[in-house]
Amino acid sequence: MNAPRATVCPRSACVLAAALALVGLLAGCSIAPWVKPYERERLADPIMKFSRDALSDKHFEHVREVREGARGATGVQGGGCGCN
Amino acid sequence: MAATSRLPVLLAQWHQALLALAARRRMRLPYAAAAHMLGVLAGLLSAGAARAVELPEDRADVMYHYYDGGGTKASGPAVLVRKSLADKVSLSGSYYLDMVSNASIDVVTTASPYKETRREEVLGLDYVYRDAAITVSASNSSEPDYTAKSAGIDVSQEVFGGLTTVSLGYTRAWDKVGQKGIGFFDAAKHWRYRLGATQILTPRILMSANFEAVSDDGFLGSPYRVARVFGAAVPERNPRTRTSRSLMLRVIGDLGSRDALRAEYRYFWDTWDIRSSTVEFGYSRYFGDLWLGDAYLRYYKQAHALFYSDNAQAETLYISRNRQLSSFKSYGLGTRVAYSAKRVPGKYEIKLNGALERARFTFSDFTDLRDGSKYSYDATIVQVFVSATF
Repeated sequence: MNAPRATVCPRSACVLAAALALVGLLAGCSIAPWVKPYERERLADPIMKFSRDALSDKHFEHVREVREGARGATGVQGGGCGCN
Repeated sequence: MAATSRLPVLLAQWHQALLALAARRRMRLPYAAAAHMLGVLAGLLSAGAARAVELPEDRADVMYHYYDGGGTKASGPAVLVRKSLADKVSLSGSYYLDMVSNASIDVVTTASPYKETRREEVLGLDYVYRDAAITVSASNSSEPDYTAKSAGIDVSQEVFGGLTTVSLGYTRAWDKVGQKGIGFFDAAKHWRYRLGATQILTPRILMSANFEAVSDDGFLGSPYRVARVFGAAVPERNPRTRTSRSLMLRVIGDLGSRDALRAEYRYFWDTWDIRSSTVEFGYSRYFGDLWLGDAYLRYYKQAHALFYSDNAQAETLYISRNRQLSSFKSYGLGTRVAYSAKRVPGKYEIKLNGALERARFTFSDFTDLRDGSKYSYDATIVQVFVSATF
């Protein structure tokens, strides 16, 4: 009986190799900031924030977390349970 | 802070002194080389210090929140205070109260309406060093039959000249699960891992990508809720482990007329086979110098968990009729208004804020046992709050 052949390039190894190659490429480049600090005035305005009022966002997040199956990746923690 | 900011000045003074010495003694090479090296080092250090990440603004918020939908009403006050110390550390504390009156469809068809109160306290500490920010926080939430404690850390670092901010976070939580008349009888543990990046794309466009994995272990259901098997009510049986992942992409753009447009998308999947998508579009605009208005539209859709059933036709190891795990859609339309009531530039600002959202939930596999129709309901969310920055 033949021994099972090793996979030439398992998926995780390929992903790791690609990530290492990308890091190597980035390390080789010197990326200059293409938007200079003095060009960022508009970005500093409150209307450009993803989250403006932490307490308000926390309440909305809690209302949604106890009613929807999805959770996470919003940058806000709804906290506690309140679901019994 | 003081030692760090004095160092570039000191190096610059040595740089000048060495240049003068090199010019006077005609020994240009070693003195000039040393002078240039010190000059470059001073420049790097001063640039690094100038680009430091800022601490969150000192502020205080007092809010009243209200939710009414599907027979459940929850309301109460919430307070948040944040104050920086010595420009290096910012301390924050919040208190949140939820007074719940529950007569939801589960309750009216299988149990008795009830009232209870949930209290939550959160303490946080933010620390910044150069281009990095570290936040540690702890929270405690308690209600008569459920307690939840958590501790977390978040680290963010600006890279590529402040164009990109990468962030990492971890939260560990411990819950105790109880039941009226029995007391606390079980527990649940949670692990949350966060990874994110915010990118400045142009002088007017920001983008962010966030990923979060959450793992749970323990009692993950409700001791009061029942499932239906062959039409008979049985206690629900949920798996004791769950792992979920979410990926969220956001983009926000300045439109040029003191207004901005944003778009968000989140995809969620977990080991209970729930899949969901969330889409949100928002528009913000200033009206004069004192008013800021927002409007947004949110759409959410999910596919049910593997062991969810409205009325199971077979005996299975796990069974649930929890609406949160069913297939449903929801639409939300919301608006926010902020009015600057008092502003003393450089000192403080007081704002009056209001938020209102109307949402509709439509379930495709959850039956209203009172009339046999597919269940749906409307919800209203209201917030009124005063915020002061100083």
